[in-house]
Amino acid sequence: MGSRFQVVQQGPPIEVFQLNRLFTEDSHKNKVNFSVGAYRDENGKPWVLPVVRKMEKQLAADDTLLHEYLPVLGLEQFTNASVAMLLGKDNPAIAAGRTFGVQVLSGTGGLRVGAELLNKHLKHTTFYYSSPTWENHHLVFINSGFTTPRTYRYWNAKTRAIDFDGLIEDLRNAPENAVILLHACAHNPTGIDPTQEQWEKIADVMQERKLFPFFDSAYQGFASGDLDRDAWAVRYFVKRGFELVCAQSYAKNFGLYSERVGNLAVVMSDASLAAAVKSQLTWIVRGMYSNPPAHGARVVANVLSNPQLFDQWREHIKLMSSRVIQMREALRAELIKLGTPGSWDHIVKQIGLFSYTGLTPRQVEYLVQEYHIYLLKSGRINICGLNPGNIQYVAKAFHDAVTKFPGDDDTRAKL
Amino acid sequence: MAQALKKLTVQVLKNNNVENIIGSTAVRTNSTWWNNVQMGPPDVILGITEAFKRDTDPKKVNLGVGAYRDDEGKPFVLPSVRKAEEILHSRYLNHEYAPIGGEAAYTDAVAKLAFGADSPVLKEKSNCTVQTISGTGALRLGFEFISKHYAKNKEIWLPSPTWGNHPQICNTLDISHNKYRYYDPKTHGFDLQGAIEDIRKIPEGSIILLHACAHNPTGVDPRPNEWQQLSQVIKEKKLFPFFDMAYQGFATGNVDNDAFAVRLFVKEGHQVTLTQSFAKNMGLYGERAGALTFLCGDEESAAKVLSQVKIMVRTMYSNPPLFGSRIVQEILTNPELEKQWLVDVKQMADRIISMRTQLRAGIEGAGNKRSWQHVTDQIGMFCFTGLKPEEVDRLSKEFHIYLTKDGRISVAGISSKNVNYVAESIHKVTS
Repeated sequence: MGSRFQVVQQGPPIEVFQLNRLFTEDSHKNKVNFSVGAYRDENGKPWVLPVVRKMEKQLAADDTLLHEYLPVLGLEQFTNASVAMLLGKDNPAIAAGRTFGVQVLSGTGGLRVGAELLNKHLKHTTFYYSSPTWENHHLVFINSGFTTPRTYRYWNAKTRAIDFDGLIEDLRNAPENAVILLHACAHNPTGIDPTQEQWEKIADVMQERKLFPFFDSAYQGFASGDLDRDAWAVRYFVKRGFELVCAQSYAKNFGLYSERVGNLAVVMSDASLAAAVKSQLTWIVRGMYSNPPAHGARVVANVLSNPQLFDQWREHIKLMSSRVIQMREALRAELIKLGTPGSWDHIVKQIGLFSYTGLTPRQVEYLVQEYHIYLLKSGRINICGLNPGNIQYVAKAFHDAVTKFPGDDDTRAKL
Repeated sequence: MAQALKKLTVQVLKNNNVENIIGSTAVRTNSTWWNNVQMGPPDVILGITEAFKRDTDPKKVNLGVGAYRDDEGKPFVLPSVRKAEEILHSRYLNHEYAPIGGEAAYTDAVAKLAFGADSPVLKEKSNCTVQTISGTGALRLGFEFISKHYAKNKEIWLPSPTWGNHPQICNTLDISHNKYRYYDPKTHGFDLQGAIEDIRKIPEGSIILLHACAHNPTGVDPRPNEWQQLSQVIKEKKLFPFFDMAYQGFATGNVDNDAFAVRLFVKEGHQVTLTQSFAKNMGLYGERAGALTFLCGDEESAAKVLSQVKIMVRTMYSNPPLFGSRIVQEILTNPELEKQWLVDVKQMADRIISMRTQLRAGIEGAGNKRSWQHVTDQIGMFCFTGLKPEEVDRLSKEFHIYLTKDGRISVAGISSKNVNYVAESIHKVTS
């Protein structure tokens, strides 16, 4: 019998995974991987946090540990600790009982479950995301039932900064009840975050236009090295009286990428509605995967609940974020040394894993083919792809690409 | 608790007015986005577990639990799983992202387990197999794929009765679903005639869901020659068979026997879709290891299907959790561990079978007039006792024995310590 699946169209490949595959298959000795968003140490290797190793050893040695189902909404010790980490353990919203967490499948899972709740039960249909944003945001919301995707201006290629007037104008023109996707810190892919003053103005217009904030927090601690500083925007919105949801990921800050550990924090103004909201979240989860995976959440919960381990973890985050900052400075210094055309200040002004280099698609193509340096067409690089061993090679390659294929007037940075 | 929920529902509905949402100009403390959220229906199984927990009677028995328990009534971590965990831990693996469809070694191993290592579909690579979030995740992904890409009649026919979450997932995805006769309440067995009659009426190209073994909630499985007849009529009607296999190894104690129906259908030329769960047969409940397979007819179609499945996974959770799947993979690819696992799973199945035997003997031995043959005829974790709602009620109120209103018991909740008490109690409420 012929296949009933012959009608199925080949789906488009996802750029970041395709690039990663090409990198893996490449045997060139100087190849550099700037594609996937995962932390790499100074030897270009994945790094399992020592406190995670320690906790896994403890769990492995514990004969009383079982593999029973977690509750549908997840491990309570985990969700409570996550909400406390995000909002600050003394946040009045916690004491007032008007916030809770739901364990989800990492950041993506948090976005999906949150979007399902907002669309199916709160009836939101319009959502806004920054231009550019993480490539998966759009489809997560569309597949959750949102019908109207819109963007708000964000990255200004000319100035390599936030187009703040454009951002405010776009939000001001947003229809009431639109859901606004905001990156809590370390914006992906640009690395540019609003200043505190800018966040205040964003809050002003969102309050004015009755817009609903959906925070994506994938890098708390990883951006500045300070958990509280990286949560400033979310906490500010809560202080201002906003109701909001926030998808938290522990993929990067705990290095638990493959264990899919995340929390969806929900902040409401009325604590008595929590039961109804939780019941609907229960049904959303039940229809998707029944209950979340236990292992990763146990690791995180145990670390966050133990002051000594929590401190150790904070040291790890500082280490990771410091290395990233160092590499940013080193790359810029090297480019300046080579006299590479353009301004490269944005590389050190940006924060987090990623940098929007400002390199054009043509320059990117050249880098991939000529130098075996793998980065996204958008010019996004994962700073962790840099280490003392390849900084000079990369800087030289950038220099070559920029001089060989100068960008057009719009994208060419000022000398 | 039900009272409290009811109160809250009324409160929520009362607050359902527009002004609350638009609210004041300043801080939103008095208004909320969430007023419109309706209280969801309570979970039945959870309700039973909670009633059981509240009960202080020392004789209490929980026959609602859908997880295996040993003879002490305790959760059981399989020796093969413990060993696998030790081995894995000593490798100091990292936690880098898995591929979207899971690791190839895992999907190869689970496909082999289901279809048999020599299966032609595996040789010709016409299967698209991906790791999923246990069985539920596989069902969701499978049904969602159907709703997006299936070209024929998008209606799923479910056996009557079936696991509560099957129609629930269909409703979530707005896929229409219907029932075909399956359980015969008169015989407490399989209604072959009724099933075939109903299947004959199913519109061509529709999807028919089948439990591969250890039917949940009845424990009633078709016999091999009955599977043969089902395969025939399903082929005649050009229906699309969708197998849910959550208990391979757990039913008879033998993984190949339990996969009989799936492999028969494949041999008969059906392009089945299959969901697998390792929650029960490896006791990995909370680690969420499962798989979804589409048999696509050829390698090219399988690749196309995979590309679309990946897009769906990406927007749900990006890539699957590895802790549980690594254990499964280790067991299935390590001959010594696999041998141990087959012993472990047989041990679980044997204990269940032994409890069935003792339960039936106990009720019959008390001189009960009804037939209890079905208790040993049925297979797997669950047993449809045939008890009526009033009798179930009496069991919980008078005897502190908890089960669902449909008369389903989880045999896993029975042990050598309580089987006599349970048998006597069932006898008392049915005399």
